[in-house]
Amino acid sequence: MDRFAELLDRLVLTPSRNAKLRLLVDYFSTTPDPDRGLALAALTGDLDIPGVKPAMLRGLIGERMDPVLFAYSYDYVGDLAETVSLVWPAPDEPPDGASPRLNEAVEALMAAGRVRGATVFAGLLDRLDASARFALIKLATGGLRIGVSARSAKQALAAMGGVDIAEIEELWHGLAPPYLGLFAWLEGRAERPPATAPALFKPVMLANPVGARDLETLEPGDYAAEWKWDGIRVQAASEQGRARLYSRTGDDISAAFPDIIDHLDFEATLDGELLVGRPDGETGSFSDLQQRLNRKTVSARTMETHPAFIRCYDLLRIEGESLRDKPFRERRKRLESFVGGLASPKFDLSPLVRFDNWSALDDLRRAPPHPVIEGVMLKRWDAAYVAGRPKGPWFKWKRDPFTVDTVLMYAQRGHGKRSSYYSDYTFGVWTGTPEAPELVPVGKAYFGFTDEELMQIDKFVRDNTVERYGPVRAVRAEPGHGLVLEIAFEGLNRSKRHRSGLAMRFPRISRLRWDKPAAEADRLENLQALLDR
Amino acid sequence: MRASDLLHPRPEGLYCPAGDFFIDPVRPVARALITHGHADHARAGHQAVLATQETLDIMALRYGANFAASTQAARLGETTTLGGVRVSFHPAGHVLGSAQIAVEKNGLRIVASGDYKRRRDPTCRAFEPVACDVFITEATFALPVFRHPDDRGEIVRLIKSVAQFPERAHLVGAYSLGKAQRVIALLRAAGHDGPIHIHGALEKLCAYYESRGIALGPLAPATVDDGDPGRFAGKIVIGPPAAFAERWARRFPDPVSAFASGWMRIRQRAKQRGVELPLILSDHADWDELIDTIGETGASEVWVTHGREEALVRWCELNGIKARPLHLVGYEDEGD
Repeated sequence: MDRFAELLDRLVLTPSRNAKLRLLVDYFSTTPDPDRGLALAALTGDLDIPGVKPAMLRGLIGERMDPVLFAYSYDYVGDLAETVSLVWPAPDEPPDGASPRLNEAVEALMAAGRVRGATVFAGLLDRLDASARFALIKLATGGLRIGVSARSAKQALAAMGGVDIAEIEELWHGLAPPYLGLFAWLEGRAERPPATAPALFKPVMLANPVGARDLETLEPGDYAAEWKWDGIRVQAASEQGRARLYSRTGDDISAAFPDIIDHLDFEATLDGELLVGRPDGETGSFSDLQQRLNRKTVSARTMETHPAFIRCYDLLRIEGESLRDKPFRERRKRLESFVGGLASPKFDLSPLVRFDNWSALDDLRRAPPHPVIEGVMLKRWDAAYVAGRPKGPWFKWKRDPFTVDTVLMYAQRGHGKRSSYYSDYTFGVWTGTPEAPELVPVGKAYFGFTDEELMQIDKFVRDNTVERYGPVRAVRAEPGHGLVLEIAFEGLNRSKRHRSGLAMRFPRISRLRWDKPAAEADRLENLQALLDR
Repeated sequence: MRASDLLHPRPEGLYCPAGDFFIDPVRPVARALITHGHADHARAGHQAVLATQETLDIMALRYGANFAASTQAARLGETTTLGGVRVSFHPAGHVLGSAQIAVEKNGLRIVASGDYKRRRDPTCRAFEPVACDVFITEATFALPVFRHPDDRGEIVRLIKSVAQFPERAHLVGAYSLGKAQRVIALLRAAGHDGPIHIHGALEKLCAYYESRGIALGPLAPATVDDGDPGRFAGKIVIGPPAAFAERWARRFPDPVSAFASGWMRIRQRAKQRGVELPLILSDHADWDELIDTIGETGASEVWVTHGREEALVRWCELNGIKARPLHLVGYEDEGD
């Protein structure tokens, strides 16, 4: 438990992705089975232990300390799990046995059941130190929230075993905690575990962006083009009565999309874009789709107001036959006839885009015929379906990003290499009347600038600070004085959480407009117009 | 006599009318008794100062030799009489030279703890409980959430991280008086015997600790900035916490920012400061130690000052000890 607690403590405060990977690799390489496998399951969200509710925590601590002192403590710390982990008093009698291993703790919780749950949980807390108590509480209340995705955990496994992450993704949904066979294979002690379960995830093929000179050497006739829809890429697999919907990174998102799963009554694996709306009606925007994302379950009402469907791009497997080695031309033909034969309102075909030359296609991708299209995809007619992001067979050619001129409002010190630089920027646009203009924040960005530009902005921040809040500085941002940042972004979502009522997708700094007076930055209405399109 | 006649707060600090002196005054006064050298307790500009030799030396290092018109060194455990008030200094275990001050008249004894801790610290004398009627305790970490872990375990985490990330410099924020030297001494005790790099602000104090027989091992300046990103790879660099947010820190390659402080117990505190490796090392008593110490002094009344007074006052009430917050202004927690 102590090792796992230490890992969590470090992961949560480590900003760099590479550093997180190293912490994970070190942990997996030096922690024995089955603890490391349980930790892995906890990180990927595959550890299902009977939940401990906040009320139980409060009850347990209420029996152990003065409520006023607890209230002072909770008020100071702000997080229930952390407060309880810190104030938990040492038991009157020293506990039996050493600090429990992760394995032991998980088994005890599994075996406890509802009646004995609280007693068993308290008994475990008695035997742990503060850091391990925090880890156990997080584990048992569900939701580690430590900024490590399931994919990062798989990446660490790949690095540990020197294998491609695609191999792990492909196996993943056929494996179960504590993953003894997986670790044995990664450590070279056993054969690769067989991918035997039905409807497993097949690692996804991804595209590279079209670079400045890429097209000069490419022959338009070698490529098919299709629209790049602005939803999320998914894989729908159905085999021997087992139906699954996976995200691009192989997360199983079936539970949130019963409306799709119910229609997976065939023997095939489809690659497509998840969208909301109806194939024969409106296609909803990404903002609409967000009502369905990142949920564990979904209500009937939401499924009615925001029905999901899949716009199909590719066919990876049909009736037990893998098509991944076949050229796109053949897969496409099979896809067309397969989707054409489905009598389901949950699937349609992403149409191909006819074009004669690159410049004609360029015009199309700049001005696509539908607002939910974010560019075009180019796929070589003769290319097989290869996991990962091979250079050459697939390209994405996005429409140009939106841009907006904003005013820098707040700057925050960065992490790691950037810890002595103000490198995270909050920017705003004007609202209010022309006589009394006011800035409202519309987003945050921390990349898109060169090292030299970073130095310049850092200097501006230090020279123009009007207030400090810990690592954050407010800077002068007035109509007559301020730094204008041109922000590029991919789209806008409505947001109730932000005062501006909108949230930017993928904002980054595209230019520093030292030349532009702050008063001439954009107004909120300009962005709202984009939202209403 | 009433305890509050012997000692009571005034805007300048805690005042003893009978002896006409202040303890740790925050404004210049005629006669000051000073518990330890941290800047919020030890200020320049008093007429006469009575403190331990180490505290006087540290004040001279920080403010120059003329920091007071006259000084007198107090020897630990010896009693001096000031206007009929018996005054004695006792080790507080906080930093080198730190002392509690006992004040006694007509059989009533009050002990002002200053800042103190109970953990073993190779860089200063251990705290000694002094029996008294009224104990004036600090309350920096007076909440049940603060229970400091074993300092050796914290240092092991630092050493482990250096091994795990050998291409990065580990920047350890530690206050220049006390904490920095303790971190160095703990590293030495854990077997780290290579050079430790220190920020210029630490040099004089580290040299002073050495002169008082506290071995810190090889120290090297962290001032070189020759553009060689490999120079500090795998090295431990210790400096005042504020320095790591400054441009000074840019000479270090992809640093791991660590911070040695009792506040690091709270995750959000570490997050807010952008600390990647929090080291929970405090020079103050934690909750359990505050409570134990109150018991050991046998005091029938406790005055609680600078920190989270309300929780400790509550605990005293629950345990039948008379207690009240002593509202003194001007003390921060430089030592942590």
